Amino acid sequence: MPLLLELYLRFFYVGLFSVGGGLATLPFLREMGEKTQWFTPTQLSDLVAVSESTPGPMGINMATYVGYTTAGIPGSIVAVLGEIAPALVIIVLISRVLAKFRSNKYVDYAFYGLRAASTGLIAVSCLSVAQLALFKTDVFSATGNFFAAVNYWALALAAVIFVGLRVFKKVHPIVFIALGAAAGIAFHLVSGQ
Amino acid sequence: MTELFRLFLAFAKIGGFTFGGGLAMLPMMQREIVEHHGWATENELIDYYAIGQCTPGIIAVNVATFIGTKRKGVIGGIFATLGVVTPSVIIITLIAVCIQNFQDVPAVQWAFSGIRPAVAALVLDAVLKIGKKSLTDVFTVLIFLAVAALSLFTSISPAVFVLVAGVLGILLKGGKQHAPSA
Repeated sequence: MPLLLELYLRFFYVGLFSVGGGLATLPFLREMGEKTQWFTPTQLSDLVAVSESTPGPMGINMATYVGYTTAGIPGSIVAVLGEIAPALVIIVLISRVLAKFRSNKYVDYAFYGLRAASTGLIAVSCLSVAQLALFKTDVFSATGNFFAAVNYWALALAAVIFVGLRVFKKVHPIVFIALGAAAGIAFHLVSGQ
Repeated sequence: MTELFRLFLAFAKIGGFTFGGGLAMLPMMQREIVEHHGWATENELIDYYAIGQCTPGIIAVNVATFIGTKRKGVIGGIFATLGVVTPSVIIITLIAVCIQNFQDVPAVQWAFSGIRPAVAALVLDAVLKIGKKSLTDVFTVLIFLAVAALSLFTSISPAVFVLVAGVLGILLKGGKQHAPSA
């Protein structure tokens, strides 16, 4: 099988069976690495680090990276197209059905309930984002001391930015991300850490 | 500028400036899709996230497809989806070509030590906005608390929560059909 076709099909499979976002694709990528020898487990964990340090959806970042290392630029494009194809078809179908039944009151009632569930799921993922940003998990597992593991500098920065968000509602989120990046660099230059 | 092109550009902006995956995209989506372009309401965005979390594929892509399809049919869905992935493809390819061990560059690590807290603040703000719209009475607050607790302490699939909550919604609201307003 031509390499590009194989890439497309393997990522199509990942896109079809991973439910729940970028990190959910990880076990599938591990399996892919074992089967094809396209990348090692170490490369895969580097890949996660890169995906977390670059903008964009993580699943797409990982597909691009694997595609590129396997077959260059055409490979990265083919891998991404393969990964998004199943979702595109499924969501288009669902949104057709939704449009048809949107005015149905039972559909409306269902959304009343599932919106609350979705908010719960989003709130829990918010906790994991906060944990990653504000808490030194390695320090906590080494010392067991909760207060020693809090990253107070990051906590202060998050608090300042949160207040900024509430006060300057018209300012674009990109500005706050840029301010965060600048504060991070400035802090390390000043403190020398 | 045609709407297809606007869809592509708006989602490229969202894809190009979101750090940390689909959830971190929520504040950008609220700003661009709900507030700036008015392509969907806050409630519709929550609905799309709910469905996007229990259907296959990447959540950000699922939400982009929904909004694009809603505006301009299948072709709109394709443009929005290509928009959200294009910056990733370009940026990751550039990094793979130019920089070995990008994540070990000190300036990148420093910047991220500040970007992560900023994203945490943005996401908290987004969750509060969403909660205000979706938690409208005691039932929705109860569903919210139950789902949050269960997904923290068990490994039940998000799809189960969303389906059960949908059924509960029908039972609770359908059960008091005589109430004048929904």
